[in-house]
This record gives sequence, structure tokens and C-alpha cells, in this order.
Amino acid sequence: MKAVTWRGVNEVGVEDVPEPKILNDHDIILEVGLSVTCGSDLHLLGGYIPAMRAGDVLGHEFMGTVAEVGRNVTKHKVGDRVVVVSFTSCGQCWYCKQELWSLCDNGNPNPGITEALWGQGIGGCYGYSHALGGYAGSHARYMRVPYADQGAFPIPDGVSDERALFASDAAPTGWTGAHQAEVKPGDVVAVWGAGGVGQMAARKAMLMGAERVVVIDRFDNRLAQVRTHIGAETLDYEEVDVPAELREMSGGRGPDVCIEAVGMEAHGNGPQYLYDQVKQQLRLQSDRPTALREAIYACRKGGTVFALGVFGGLVDKFPMGAVMNKALTLRGAQQHGHRYIPEILDLMARDEVRTEHLATHVMSLDDGPRGYRMFKNKEDGCVRAVFRPGA
Amino acid sequence: MTTSIGNVASVAARAGGSVVRQVRSAIDPSAARPAGAGQPASGWLSVTVFREPSDVDTAALPAPLAEFGDRIEVRVRPAPGGKGTELAVRLRDRPSGTAASRLTGSDPQADLRSALRRAKQLIEVGEVLAVDPAPHGRRTATPGGALLEAWTKVAPKAGVR
Ligand SMILES: NC(=O)c1ccc[n+]([C@@H]2O[C@H](COP(=O)([O-])OP(=O)(O)OC[C@H]3O[C@@H](n4cnc5c(N)ncnc54)[C@H](O)[C@@H]3O)[C@@H](O)[C@H]2O)c1
Ligand SMILES: [Zn+2]
Ligand SMILES: [Zn+2]
Repeated sequence: MKAVTWRGVNEVGVEDVPEPKILNDHDIILEVGLSVTCGSDLHLLGGYIPAMRAGDVLGHEFMGTVAEVGRNVTKHKVGDRVVVVSFTSCGQCWYCKQELWSLCDNGNPNPGITEALWGQGIGGCYGYSHALGGYAGSHARYMRVPYADQGAFPIPDGVSDERALFASDAAPTGWTGAHQAEVKPGDVVAVWGAGGVGQMAARKAMLMGAERVVVIDRFDNRLAQVRTHIGAETLDYEEVDVPAELREMSGGRGPDVCIEAVGMEAHGNGPQYLYDQVKQQLRLQSDRPTALREAIYACRKGGTVFALGVFGGLVDKFPMGAVMNKALTLRGAQQHGHRYIPEILDLMARDEVRTEHLATHVMSLDDGPRGYRMFKNKEDGCVRAVFRPGA
Repeated sequence: MTTSIGNVASVAARAGGSVVRQVRSAIDPSAARPAGAGQPASGWLSVTVFREPSDVDTAALPAPLAEFGDRIEVRVRPAPGGKGTELAVRLRDRPSGTAASRLTGSDPQADLRSALRRAKQLIEVGEVLAVDPAPHGRRTATPGGALLEAWTKVAPKAGVR
């Protein structure tokens, strides 16, 4: 079958690969309907997450139709239309039972790599390097989904494929951020990054009763999407001093909750950005934390900063003084999607969560390299490139 | 006696480990040893299984541990805070120079760690999660790729070192 693969740093290919087989009794094989690029893939492409091998199939945000079911699968049958969460979690371990699904003890067949990097291994993720399990990704005609009773969710009638697709990763990641940061009614919430993840975090913050939600980016078309489709306010960080504006917008206090949805390749202005880029390229720091630093400076005393953007290793010039002296709560997480997807699909069916606008460019798998180039360089207003393997 | 592939893999794994070590020693020189790979002085390896102690029967251990027969000691106790049951195992006859055994590519301590993880999965889930064969395209032979392959070979066992 055809698949979009990682061939090397900044090199995407389209290759013929074998079809997946059922390996565990809890597996299903999915015929992929739609599969989309995610900001996380850019970190793989850039070589910032090193555990990729040439030939690895990319993609972890997807939906489709059940094509085959393993012997112990009870919730799905051939022909069902489902969306699948990007993390593989067993549903039985203590972490899964605490609804901290991305921390699953039994979801990553290669836990030694992340144990060595971080002290403990986390769960597995499709198409996201050998450190997160070495699973094949979803930019292909067929896809193996282990722990299918836990990770695959039936899509309600009336919710389009294009909408349901983002219940796989972008929306539940945004939900994870706003919910775990404990947004309260009346809060002022600032979100760095107006990609799919930042937009969904802003939406969840609004649904949780935030008084004001402000999204920060520099791309006009993305900020326009935030105002039109999400209903939040926006700031262009190339035009204004972000912490100053946020202070003014919150009566001098600073936002109660600051959500970072940018990650380790943050863009920035001024000499600090150059410093970070050079250090990152020399591998003296693995991650570039421009937006995270700004979030920490901007946050009100006693507030919460939540890192949704992916970081892999070390960051430099970390404002620990602000964290400690302002009594901040600093948290992060990979998405705990299993917990939020039923709610998200329900809200999608009621039109309270809309995501179609994120799918700015829909194309065939043959266009994989072009799709990633457009997504990475934000060409032609690309917010997400979506692949339709059947096309 | 090991195959030459085993030797290449263990050499590559040690080279890969040195990258991890470099990263960690940049944070704190005392942390240059990867956290996941360290061994407690007592030799006990431990996992917490989210099951009642009565569900973890030391007389009928899951196959991966049962295979060790009386080469291992087994200890079971309730985990505090409702976290299930702590299952610990230890080789009765522990090799003294693990570095030497790693050179030859055989590491009984790491094999035991892997068996312990599989036993936990069998008790909690009922089967051991598989990933191979995963569909993939052409594997171009790059030094990074060989290194990573070696890494993933040891990764189910313990921290990469
Ligand atoms: N935690 C999780 O489970 C999870 C899941 C999915 C994605 N992610 C991560 O979330 C992040 C965002 O994902 P996405 O798909 O929305 O990516 P994206 O690349 O589409 O969007 C990132 C946005 O951040 C903006 N940005 C860059 N530097 C900035 C700065 N200094 N200040 C403000 N905005 C800045 C960019 O202009 C871009 O619009 C990535 O790091 C991704 O890896 C995490
Ligand atoms: Zn993602
Ligand atoms: Zn689990």
C-alpha cells in the first residue's frame, strides 16, 4: 500500500509499504478515511526528535472505517466509522484508571528510550518515532490500532469526516490543556500559538466559562480563524508587546492561565531568538522555549502555565525565578484524549465545536511531500494539510 | 558466545547511550547515568501492578517470570495509596561485572527487567503488546538508523545506556 514516510531530516517520501496485520487480540485494522499533519510532525521533520528511521510511516491524527477486528475486540465491528486517539493506552493500568491516559504503563513497547531521557517511560503514540513505540503512522491506506476498545470512538451520524478527524488529536490536546490547567469561570486565559492545538485550547477555555480568551500568533490568517471560528480575541506578537497588552487586558494582573501551544521550535524576535537557534543547532539545548518563557513572564502571581507544545529534552535560560517567586503552577502533558473524546464528539454533533476550517488543504497521499512543505512554511494560508488515502 | 550481530548491537547501544549520557550530564554531571538504567544495590527489580495482591500469585507466575524457575526470588506486597500490588524479582546469582556481560551482549538483569514488564502486562491486560512487524518503507543504511535499531533492541528491557 502507499504511505507517506520520513526519509531523513526535512525529507518526506511516498513509498510502497506492506499492509499491517492484526498482532494482538485487542487490535483492529482501520481503513483510513482522513489523516492529517500535526505541529508535532514538524519536530520530527526538523530532526529535533532523533529516534526516527528512514522509512517510518508518518501520521497520528486520523479517522476511518473498521476493516478487521481482533478476537478480543468487543466495541467495534467491520464497517463502523471511528476516530482514533493518537496515543496507545491499555485502559487497565493505574495511570489509565486515573484518566492520565498518555502516561499508560503498557502502551509503549520501547519504554527504555524515554526512561533514559526522562526517568520514566510514557505511553506510545502512532507514527511518532521509536522512542514512543515505533508504531507505523496513519498516512496510509490501512492502519493497525491496538487497544481498539479503548482508543477508537464511534463517530455520531451527522458529524462529518472532516470535523471528526480533529477529535483524534488537536481537539483533545486543547481540552487537556484547558481542563488540566483548571480554567475557572471568570478567568482570563492566554494561549500562545494559533495552530489547531491553540485554537482548540481556546475553545475549551471558553466552554469552561473563561471571561476573556486571547490567542497569540503572527499569522493573520490563523488569527482571523481564531476570531471567526473560535470566537476568542487575538494579539499579533510582531505588532505589540504581548505581556504588556495582556496585563492591560486583565486589569494589571496578567492572565490567570497561560497555555503554551507552540512547542520546541518557537519563533521569536530579537537576540534571544538567535541565541536559542544557535544553541539548538549546536545541540547544546534541544528545544527553543521562546513562547514558554513569555508565558511565564506574562502569567499573574499564583497563576498556572501549561505546556501543551511538545518539548523533547532541555531548555536554556529558563525563568525559574519567576516560577518560584510568583508562586506559579507549571504543568504539561501529552494529550489524555481517551478522557475527552466522547465529550468532544458530542459537542461536535451539537455544532458547539467546529473544526472543518482547520483542514485548509485536502490532498491525496501522493501529495505528501507537498502537503508537509506547505504546512511547515504556512504556504497559501495552510493551517493543516489533510490526506485522503482513498483518493 | 554471542553472534556478531549481538556484538554490533551492544557496541552501538553503548554509543547511543553515550548521547543520552551527554545530554544528561549537560544538566547535572551527577546525573550522567541514565535514570531508567540504574540498578538498585539490592538487586531487586520492581513494578507496580494495578491488581489486588491476591491476583498476583507467586506460585503461578506469568510465563516470562516462571521461565526463570528458581533462578529468581519473588516478593509481593500491597502498594500504598491504592496503587495495586508491588511485584519485585531478583536474580539469586547476580553477575558482578554487568559492564563485562554487556560487552558480550548478554545481560541477565536486563532480560529479567523485560520479563517483569511482560508479566505486568499479562496480569493487567492479558497479552503482551506487539509492534513488529510494523509497515515501513525502505530502510536506508545510515549510522543513525543502525544505532536506533540497536537502541530499540534494548529498549524493552531497561533504560538505554
Ligand atoms: N501535548 C500534546 O499531546 C500535543 C498534541 C498535538 C500537538 N502538540 C504540540 O502542540 C504544538 C502546536 O501544534 P499545532 O499543530 O497547533 O502546530 P502549528 O505548527 O500548526 O502551530 C504552532 C503555531 O505557533 C505559532 N508560534 C511560533 N512561535 C510563536 C511564539 N513565539 N509566540 C506565539 N506563537 C508562536 C506559529 O506561528 C504557529 O501558528 C506543537 O508543539 C505540537 O507538537 C502537543
Ligand atoms: Zn499531534
Ligand atoms: Zn494503561
